[in-house]
Amino acid sequence: MIVETQSARFESIALESGAALSPVEAAYETYGNLNAARSNAILVTHAFTGDAHAAGISAEGGKPGWWDNMIGPGKAFDTDKFFIVCSNVLGGCQGTTGPASTDPATGRPYGMSFPVITIRDMVKLQKMLIDRLGIERLLAVAGGSMGGMQALEWAVTYPNFVRACIPIATTARHSAQQIAFNEVGRQAIMADPDWCNGDYYDKKPPARGLGIARMVGHITYMSDESMREKFGRRLREKDKVGFDFSVDFEVESYLRYRGSQFVNRFDANAYLYITKAEDYFDLTNGSGSLTAAFADLSTRFLIISFSSDWLYPSYQSQEIVRVLRRRNHDVAYCDLPSNYGHDAFLVDVAEQTDLVRGFLASTARATHA
Amino acid sequence: MTLVSDINKPFVGELLGRSDFAIIGDIVAPNSKVLDLGCGEGELLQWLAENKGVDARGVEISPIKVRRAIGRGVSAYQGDIDEGLADYPNGAFDYVILSQTLQESRHPLTVLREMLRVGRRAIVAFPNFGHWRVRLSMLLSGRAPLTKLFPYEWYDSPNIHFLTVSDFELLAAREGMHIERRYFLAGSRRVSSLPNLMAETAVFLVG
Repeated sequence: MIVETQSARFESIALESGAALSPVEAAYETYGNLNAARSNAILVTHAFTGDAHAAGISAEGGKPGWWDNMIGPGKAFDTDKFFIVCSNVLGGCQGTTGPASTDPATGRPYGMSFPVITIRDMVKLQKMLIDRLGIERLLAVAGGSMGGMQALEWAVTYPNFVRACIPIATTARHSAQQIAFNEVGRQAIMADPDWCNGDYYDKKPPARGLGIARMVGHITYMSDESMREKFGRRLREKDKVGFDFSVDFEVESYLRYRGSQFVNRFDANAYLYITKAEDYFDLTNGSGSLTAAFADLSTRFLIISFSSDWLYPSYQSQEIVRVLRRRNHDVAYCDLPSNYGHDAFLVDVAEQTDLVRGFLASTARATHA
Repeated sequence: MTLVSDINKPFVGELLGRSDFAIIGDIVAPNSKVLDLGCGEGELLQWLAENKGVDARGVEISPIKVRRAIGRGVSAYQGDIDEGLADYPNGAFDYVILSQTLQESRHPLTVLREMLRVGRRAIVAFPNFGHWRVRLSMLLSGRAPLTKLFPYEWYDSPNIHFLTVSDFELLAAREGMHIERRYFLAGSRRVSSLPNLMAETAVFLVG
């Protein structure tokens, strides 16, 4: 399945902060076909550094999508049955308007003059796109990590628009620990002299800072056990330690490699803006009560967490489950046993396929009934 | 759809290979809201959803079984029934089902009270520890009974609270729980007299 990223342009979007962006562009891909009743559309929302290319092989670059093992003919999100849409988030750097986009007022990249955006703003732009595609109701919204936050935001902000919601390995509000890790990443970028207050687009990008931010991120995506299995204390191309600060251990080499690769595909300012949006995410709107947020919903939920995920620990998913139960909403929940930490939502495909397939089938059945 | 058919017939049918399921399947009214505690892989709930249009929810402690239940399209969640009902509002369900699990529960009385708080009715099915085979096994061997119904050695039995038909009736009376219907089975045969001695399985509909 060869796919091409498309783009939709909108006149403007009013943001939660009170600022506005105009024009605004959304990069997106679609897979499968929208049926005549327009009742089989599923929006897939991506995680922090993901993009619109969720499935298939990209026309340029020939790369498989980030959730290609879950989306396609006969897969969990079966493109023989469903019409799948995925778009790059607002504030991103893979086609949708973000800090690297050109500010029409100056003719130069926005940089730090880009307004601070929120998860709700991202979802608002997705809603504009879904409206543009002529979809009146989504069968489901599904995503992991920050994608799960968007899925939850959809259910709360557009309750009658979403038949089913599948938040995976996520939370209803960012915790102190999650904010803390994001802040380390931001500080690494901002401490890099090449960052130049975000005005680096015609110069050298802050590659070291962004690379370090990514290294921290990768640690939080794995588990103690998966790191032990993958690297242990193995040395990198040497028999004994070097008594210097070159790479000794495999894990150092891996993190450095991941950091340096990331710089080629991600914009440092987008890193700042998107992590900020995550940190601001709080479905309770600061009230501390999730019960109010989930008051009037007809949405069903499939919530999935992973036992070894310490970045978005299972208790955060269970908190959502409990609140939904208190409201007597229809919720299925499974804490999947896994060693892969937060990465499990991209790795443990077989287990998630069972869950998602059954849940979507019964949702589709109930919708047609 | 009637599975137990004639109340006077000596045999009840089977649903998914089980007579107690056939009775439960018969009791549950169409288009009602049902919570199944210890729903296993969700076979009964799936049947109720597909054949009676029931809004089916389940609680199950084993993650593998929860996974299979959700795979069947049942809204199951992983949880412990001894703790899991507290979050539900009063009267959230038309029926709360507890099939072959009461004797495994740590706090059976709390579970029963909770079932009747969150459900308008409770359907409770359990193996009768008062059956003559159990009594005979214990009398003759002088050891923890081993029967077809209670096949476990005492040290690895999941059953931690043994109860008889009479025990349940007494508790229900003491708690002011109204027993609307009662079914007694030996295999798939209905037991019409001396249920505390003759029934292997009892199914109560409590309101």
